[in-house]
Amino acid sequence: MEVKSIANGVVIDHVRAGFGMKVLEYLNVDTGSDTVALLMNVASRKHGRKDIIKLENVESVDLNVLGLVDHNATVIHIRDSKVVEKVKLSFPTKVKNVITCKNPRCVTSIEAVPHVFHLADDEGRYRCEYCDNIVKADEN
Amino acid sequence: MELKGRHLIEPSDLTVEEMEGLFDEAERIVANPESYAEVCKGKLLATLFYEPSTRTRFSFEAAMLRLGGKVIGFSEPNSSAVAKGESIADTIRTVECYADIAVMRHPKEGSVLVASRQSDMPVINAGDGGHHHPTQTLTDLLTIRLEKGGFDGITVGLCGDLKFGRTVHSLIQALTRYTGVRFIMISPQELSVPEYVREKIRKSGMEFEETHDLRQSLPKLDVLYMTRVQRERFFNEEDYIRLKDRYILDAGKLKDAKPDLMVLHPLPRVNEIAVDVDSDPRAHYFRQAKNGMYVRMALLMALLGVKGE
Ligand SMILES: [Zn+2]
Repeated sequence: MEVKSIANGVVIDHVRAGFGMKVLEYLNVDTGSDTVALLMNVASRKHGRKDIIKLENVESVDLNVLGLVDHNATVIHIRDSKVVEKVKLSFPTKVKNVITCKNPRCVTSIEAVPHVFHLADDEGRYRCEYCDNIVKADEN
Repeated sequence: MELKGRHLIEPSDLTVEEMEGLFDEAERIVANPESYAEVCKGKLLATLFYEPSTRTRFSFEAAMLRLGGKVIGFSEPNSSAVAKGESIADTIRTVECYADIAVMRHPKEGSVLVASRQSDMPVINAGDGGHHHPTQTLTDLLTIRLEKGGFDGITVGLCGDLKFGRTVHSLIQALTRYTGVRFIMISPQELSVPEYVREKIRKSGMEFEETHDLRQSLPKLDVLYMTRVQRERFFNEEDYIRLKDRYILDAGKLKDAKPDLMVLHPLPRVNEIAVDVDSDPRAHYFRQAKNGMYVRMALLMALLGVKGE
């Protein structure tokens, strides 16, 4: 399969195989109007299989959200067909309204407050600001 | 120590120095309660109890009244604005128009934190769904301090439901902020402490042991903290029945204990402490309830910025 390289935009490489759709969803990419290429289950020398996302004419993506849902991905900024920047992701220390708390005893189940989570360890576990419930970011 | 205007949501909101300051004040109140009888004159406490807890509410109300303040509040959410679906945020904003300080108990975890963020008046957490209950921890610590003079080098036994019992987790965490405390955690396998609590103790460098045997542990203890096994924590009745009578402290077992052992219990008890223990001088659980009022008096004063004599 051939997908032409983009001249300007953002490529998200090394997305966990089969996770591309979910990443697009979390990043709020409008697949109705933006030019988006999603390559799934691409053979990768290092990681077995991976997904790749290409977003044409997009300036940037929310690195916090991306770091949360797939922190092994790489973000590549392309301008005039040249790579101008490669960003390695890490887990954001705090996220708002990305993960939702599923603890039925949590105040978020009854009160209109933002869902806020704090990074709890190196493995991407997050702690609800209100009830201390721990969730693994990519399992939410 | 400047606690004026602050909220108390969880025990770790207070530094060790701030806690010690509260205990110092509480001890002065114990020694001379009359001189505190009017220090909160003109101040109004709102008690917002979204679920009933007569014990805790009485303790706060008695504390405020004994400081010369006044009290308003509800303890039956069915009859209040809450039943009409008002948000926590709106309720606390309304209450803030009338009161100088509020105490809140609510079945949802994190609810009091949410309330405090909407409020310039101090808000005290009196239990958010078995999540935090900081004034219980202060009560437990004050009770030990009054009797033992401090916490260094004491051996504390915790017995019963150590898995779901947040009171126990908070007490252990608070004690790990001091030095040289030893923990003996006595529970059935199914109700042993969660890993994060063990981790806290390890990090503090303090010693702990885990056992199923209350009788064998008793002679080593300076403090024995008993807890009840709560029915609502169990999915099936059989497990509850099997575990609830596992540890019952009675006068017979106390024969092997130190003469200055302190037996504590957050109350209410079911049957885990036999009534024949009540008359033993080592039973401190009713005095513990009284100390709860004293430490709440000290807390109300501190958050209101009121000075004692
Ligand atoms: Zn939560």
